[in-house]
Amino acid sequence: MGCSCCGTDKMAQELDRIIAKHKDTRGGLIPVLHEAQELYGYLPMSVQKQVAEGLGVALADVYGVVTFYTQFSLNPKGKYKVSVCLGTACYVKGSGPIFDKISSILKIKNGECTPDMTFSLDACRCIGACGLAPVIMVNEDVYGRLTVDEIPAILDKYRKMEAGIA
Amino acid sequence: MTDFVNLTIDGKPVSAAKGTTVLEAARQAGVNIPTLCYLKGINEIGACRMCVVDVGARSLQAACVYPVAEGLKVVTNSAKVRDSRRTTLELILSNHENKCFTCSRSDNCELQKLANDHNIKEIRYAGEMLEFPIDRSSLSVVRDPRKCVLCRRCVSVCKNIQTVSAIETNERGFKTIVTSPFNMPLNETPCVNCGQCINVCPVGALRERDDTDDVWDALNRPDLHVVVQTAPAVRVAIGEEFGLPIGSRVTGKMVAALKALGFAKVFDTDTTADLTIMEEGTELVDRIKNGGKLPLITSCSPGWVKFCEHNYPEFLENLSTCKSPQNMFGAVLKSYYAKKHGIDPTKVFVVSVMPCTAKKFEAKRPELSVDGLPDIDVVITTRELADMIREAGLDFKNLEDAQYDNPLGQGTGAGVIFGATGGVLEAVLRSASYLITGKDDETTDVSIVRGVDEIKEAEVTVAGVTLRAAIAHGLGNARILLDRIKAGEASYDVIEIMACPGGCVNGGGQPIVSASVRNHIDIRVERAKALYEEDTELHIRKSHKNPIIKMMYDEFFDVPGSHHSHKYLHTHYQPRDNYPENV
Repeated sequence: MGCSCCGTDKMAQELDRIIAKHKDTRGGLIPVLHEAQELYGYLPMSVQKQVAEGLGVALADVYGVVTFYTQFSLNPKGKYKVSVCLGTACYVKGSGPIFDKISSILKIKNGECTPDMTFSLDACRCIGACGLAPVIMVNEDVYGRLTVDEIPAILDKYRKMEAGIA
Repeated sequence: MTDFVNLTIDGKPVSAAKGTTVLEAARQAGVNIPTLCYLKGINEIGACRMCVVDVGARSLQAACVYPVAEGLKVVTNSAKVRDSRRTTLELILSNHENKCFTCSRSDNCELQKLANDHNIKEIRYAGEMLEFPIDRSSLSVVRDPRKCVLCRRCVSVCKNIQTVSAIETNERGFKTIVTSPFNMPLNETPCVNCGQCINVCPVGALRERDDTDDVWDALNRPDLHVVVQTAPAVRVAIGEEFGLPIGSRVTGKMVAALKALGFAKVFDTDTTADLTIMEEGTELVDRIKNGGKLPLITSCSPGWVKFCEHNYPEFLENLSTCKSPQNMFGAVLKSYYAKKHGIDPTKVFVVSVMPCTAKKFEAKRPELSVDGLPDIDVVITTRELADMIREAGLDFKNLEDAQYDNPLGQGTGAGVIFGATGGVLEAVLRSASYLITGKDDETTDVSIVRGVDEIKEAEVTVAGVTLRAAIAHGLGNARILLDRIKAGEASYDVIEIMACPGGCVNGGGQPIVSASVRNHIDIRVERAKALYEEDTELHIRKSHKNPIIKMMYDEFFDVPGSHHSHKYLHTHYQPRDNYPENV
């Protein structure tokens, strides 16, 4: 799978439509960014520049908003989005070392994506499964009451799935 | 009629106009409330919580944004208030790179003063410090985020006053940081190098690029003929660096200091300001007579020129092709002056002392050189000159006045007033009759173009020609003016634009005045007053009457707008992208 950072002309046209829809609305920047992220999966510089130019605001303003809200991402997401809950209960139950383990296996930091675009890693807030702490999610799959030792097997499962499909 | 309300501040009855903040009402009543993020007219956001007061509400309130009300009881100095302020300060200090020894703002730091005033002897909170590299990419501005206190004054001046928006507050919580988008190096952003961010920074998180070593090195080289020029606005501000009141004119002491530092010649940029008037005035008359591009817009301010290249490329043809007085000076020194005095032009080393950080960038523009020789070798700001004077151990206040050297040390009143908003246009008007008809008229003082109103307009008829003129200072005002012209709502023949609010007197390289003073005194007005004083004291007040100018044309440049003057005194511009290609 190739890099999709630059998007395509078609996506750029779609983004222009999104911008046009919100252009005259006060506070239109955030809805535009939401829809742009749905479209591209993340908000690279090219997208933020197009949004800034389209809405007539400075790139600095767009970037300030994007980095303020955690739901906006500057990095592409992997096919398998790994979220590690660092909410209070999970953290107390040891989700910190679990996060570090995943980070070291995948060789990526928080918010990043593996170069092959298979995995991305995010620390997240409480996902409402405190009884299962510590919890991680891989896309929609939830894994609870985890120990660090169980992590390699979980990641391998998705690697194998990916290899099988390929 | 203004409505007044009655309140008490620390038990003292106070009457204040409705809409006044508690901070302002307290000041009027002689009660000092400490502030950090607040800077009148620029940043009034109640962010830092240093100015908290007790108004009887559940929590303490920020005096800088809390409006007075009838019957309000304000307590500015209780244990609760003092504790809160101290805690705030200690928390700021716990994430501040406390290296006061080597800080550009040591002794002139608002945070340091607050820490002293609040009797802070140690910082109780130790913990993680935000790490971020110093950005030295810009030729003009150095950013050191580890010293940043997140007051947002720089963001506000960049975004709201200058409408440049090169920097913003990014991320959130502990990671909050003021940077350019995508942490791009400043030199790859639309930053115009105006340095207004430096002037409003309460601490040492922003400073000019220090080029004083290059000047010392040149002064140490016996093979070089090291010459210095000083812009008009420097002489009415540098005294502040040595404790003199704002608006002190210290031309003679400044010249004496430069001679003591070892410059071979000390010249006055006013001379080439006069030359600029001859060239630019001629260009204006030519454009009017021959249907050239109008309005003609001045090009002396390098912050404005870069802003135009980034944001208004459609106006680049309107810009005067004249180099700025700074660069004309360098070009004259390395051509006419070198030839006349039999000096090898490659051995002439030109230092400029400017009230401006953008001049550092301007000097490095590749197009501002002639026959491979850059017009200017090094630019230092007013502040850097003060640093050099201190380094040399000179007792500035007690120096005996000295005179500029000849031949290029003689400027006119018209050259002097370049340093204040409206000055360039006034200088043009003083010479307009001569430039149109070859005969002088009575026009000297044109008060209509003076002052710090945001956009000034004037219609002046000279020798039967009516000039519709406009003046904008501060790039936000320039933007408003240009947008009006684009929309067809206004039309002019000539426009003066200065990047900095107030013009060069308030340039980004001028002595930094703390918010506690700036909140009550308009430094732009005080410094400009001193320039207009010098103007009225000068015997010659019109550029075309400067004998040096006549001599330069007779001996070298022929006439204004000649082939020779175009080679040395004119330039061109190019559109610039606001950001580099996607990264």
